[in-house]
Amino acid sequence: MKRTIKKAILGKKIGMTSFFTEDGAAIPITIVECGPCPVVSIKTDEKDGYNAIQIGFQDIEERKLSKPLRGLFEKNNIAFKKYLKEFRNTEKEYKIGDIITVEDFEINDKVRVSGISKGKGFQGVVKRHHFSGVGMQSHGQHDRERHPGSIGGSSNPSKVFKGVRMAGQMGNKRVTIRNIEVVEVIADKNLILFKGSLPGAPNSLLEIVKV
Amino acid sequence: MNTVDVINEMLVQRAKDFNKAKEGENYVEIPDFKAGDTVEVAVRVVEGEKERIQKFRGIVIGKRGSKVNETFRVRKISNGVGVERVFPMFSPMIQSISVVREGRSRRAKLYYLRNMSEKKIRQKISKQK
Repeated sequence: MKRTIKKAILGKKIGMTSFFTEDGAAIPITIVECGPCPVVSIKTDEKDGYNAIQIGFQDIEERKLSKPLRGLFEKNNIAFKKYLKEFRNTEKEYKIGDIITVEDFEINDKVRVSGISKGKGFQGVVKRHHFSGVGMQSHGQHDRERHPGSIGGSSNPSKVFKGVRMAGQMGNKRVTIRNIEVVEVIADKNLILFKGSLPGAPNSLLEIVKV
Repeated sequence: MNTVDVINEMLVQRAKDFNKAKEGENYVEIPDFKAGDTVEVAVRVVEGEKERIQKFRGIVIGKRGSKVNETFRVRKISNGVGVERVFPMFSPMIQSISVVREGRSRRAKLYYLRNMSEKKIRQKISKQK
């Protein structure tokens, strides 16, 4: 069976603050400016081999778009948009030109939010994988506090296994968080307040999907 | 003004409206107070179905944050034991805050009161000196 999604929208992370629920609990919330997102094109099984809607987000000047992209917007008479993203297998049937707004979302919806996490650069194993650092005593080390220590055997197996956790690029990759709760929808400002933190820096693009 | 500030202000306003709606005529604005003042905080306590008011009186030893995130710390001495509570300024659990006595202090955070006797504290923050 094909997995379908109920709702999808694009948003821009604004920042965080706190929120009081009715029973007095203070919860952290993230403010996201979402939509309005017009449906720019529709992919179908017959023509493209898969079903999807392509939606746009954030107005942009005409000169900042390439000619082929301009053509796409002009053909359907839609304002130029900075971001275009596809969402596969939506439950609802959309037409080109339909506009998805925050009003499609409701309080207490559980959504999945994807974005590009903050880049941390090339990081060692202590920060990247929460190693505790070999310290001064064991694993053949004596003067390196934050090193990984041994990464495998010697002549047997004479190799380092794939997937051994080591230092490397941390962050700046796509992260998805599931079961994020919608705390409030502010329709006149196109804002949605989500419970908890979301990936990425302020002003970064977020994909919000209700499965 | 950026969007976060707008939302913060909206939430503060909502907290006030909530209290106004709940208290009606008895509603009092949150007074302006600072570290060193003695305040009485009326806290809503929910016990099962019922709700009652509990008062907490003590010296404000510091405030932090702004708008919805603002909290203040109140210290009192109860049965010889120092008790400190941190209250969010705009929590729906706070019915009212009233200033009982104004105090005098030269700093914003009065953590040094923790190491003082009651008598010493009284001398330290009394207005006339």
